[in-house]
Amino acid sequence: MNRLEIRELVIDVPGRRDGRALTLSVEPGQVWGVLGPNGAGKTTLLHTLAGLRGPRAGQVLIDGRPLAALGRRQVARKLGLVFQERHDGFPATVRETALIGRHPWLSAWQMEGGEDLRLAEAALERLDVDHLAERLVSTLSGGERQRLAIATVLTQAPQIWLADEPTNHLDLHHQSAVMALLAEQAAEGRAVMMCLHDLNLAARWCDHLLLLYPDGEACWGPARDMLVPAALERLYGQRLATAEIDGAPVFVPIR
Amino acid sequence: MTTPRRVLWPPLAVLALLGLAVLLLSVTLGSAALSLADVWAVARGEGSPLARTLILDLRIPRSLSAFAVGGLLAVAGALMQVLLRNPLADPYVLGLSGGASVGALAAMLAGLGGAVITGSAFAGAFLSTLLVFGLAHGTGSWTPSRLLLTGVVVAAGWGAVITLMLAISPAERLPGMLYWLMGDLSYSRSPWPPLALLLVICLLLMPLGRSLNVMARGPLQAAALGVNVRPLEWTIYVVASVLTATAVTTAGSIGFVGLVVPHMLRLVLGNDQRLILPACALAGGTLLVLADTLARTMIAPEQLPVGVITALLGVPTFLYLLYRSR
Repeated sequence: MNRLEIRELVIDVPGRRDGRALTLSVEPGQVWGVLGPNGAGKTTLLHTLAGLRGPRAGQVLIDGRPLAALGRRQVARKLGLVFQERHDGFPATVRETALIGRHPWLSAWQMEGGEDLRLAEAALERLDVDHLAERLVSTLSGGERQRLAIATVLTQAPQIWLADEPTNHLDLHHQSAVMALLAEQAAEGRAVMMCLHDLNLAARWCDHLLLLYPDGEACWGPARDMLVPAALERLYGQRLATAEIDGAPVFVPIR
Repeated sequence: MTTPRRVLWPPLAVLALLGLAVLLLSVTLGSAALSLADVWAVARGEGSPLARTLILDLRIPRSLSAFAVGGLLAVAGALMQVLLRNPLADPYVLGLSGGASVGALAAMLAGLGGAVITGSAFAGAFLSTLLVFGLAHGTGSWTPSRLLLTGVVVAAGWGAVITLMLAISPAERLPGMLYWLMGDLSYSRSPWPPLALLLVICLLLMPLGRSLNVMARGPLQAAALGVNVRPLEWTIYVVASVLTATAVTTAGSIGFVGLVVPHMLRLVLGNDQRLILPACALAGGTLLVLADTLARTMIAPEQLPVGVITALLGVPTFLYLLYRSR
């Protein structure tokens, strides 16, 4: 079981009233998209789900066990998070950066071995950054860094993926490639939840959606039920035109 | 950080050999020069009484003290830099040694000596630690820049207190105080406590090396990869404080080693803390033995403050490495 369960969860956004508590479950094989305008709490939600910050109320459970009862290392073996922002303090190469994904799997005295290196190399290749392996991270473009961040989580090999705007900085092809990778992770029985700004990527790749409103209200459910133009227009405060292409709805903002 | 184990040892072995060579050199050089043959004779339990006293009672303890102090300062600097993810961090910038200096000078000003100076310096360093981390902590989290700023301001405050103490101190105590401020190994007593501490800390830090590597990526990323960030941060800070306090109480205030040695090593060896920390212990020790040897031989029989030598050696080396690494 690779199940992420959220019970009566109220995330702690400073200066905001509680709003609606979230109760939902990200099942193995599901791809959840979190949509909402800037400041709605998408990143805060993902950080809360990863246990990086405490909720105001409620619980997060991994495979039925409360997050708070699990050690950080146990959580890191189960759950991986692609951050939206990255800071590099000291110079490091692309390969070194991918390899830190193995950290939760190695004991204190263990050095990274051949198998760890193999996993990291495979992840770099999968994300199309293997040719940059020897480069310093500080010399990469924004999109290359984004792919490296995803490769690092792929090296970590979690059963539950949280991704904060995984398509940030990516060109069209790599956007699709990354979404395909996340869908593939789900198809292999992992649970995936990601924050997105692109409604059309969400409509094409997510099977469930969570809409977060800036005032703390929220609604969630299967994607086809949630992709209602009126609800989305209210979410973003933006009028939308809708069309259907290739079997999926496409939303375009109207001037 | 990909360093497999077999790659760890060659640089450490080279540094260790270098350290031994410099230690040996420091034993033969001095106001009365000894040959390697003299040293060998003493090592076998022979040799003249004068040579025995010179080597066993004076030069070896002093050189070992210098080695320990240099190693402690370099490891403390490397730890602070990881903690703050800022290459500018070192015990001096963060006000730790300023606190220790104020403690030591206050004891000297009161006419106390020996162990009281040591204890007072220790207390000053820990007061500074608590002050900096307590103030920087506040309601939110420790942000590296807030910590660094707090440290810089606290260090400046200590600097003012030191100047005040120097201004009001009687003339006959001034030379001793000034020498202490500039770093002086001639006051150091047994080298064994700092050496033992250095060894123990290096061994204790070995299993934390990979966690420190992850910490260097930022606390959120580290937490997401399974590091217990807050306890690790406290460990680093307390360890760095103990190391600094021990170094400062052994040899006074010696700047620059904590800042420059980790940097030079990172530029050459990369940034795997499992390699950098023991390398810092060896290279920092070697640098300070070299500096102390120069300090006591350049204008022998007069001695120079060792802090002057570390700065004179370190600044150009550092600037060169920085220039080259562009």
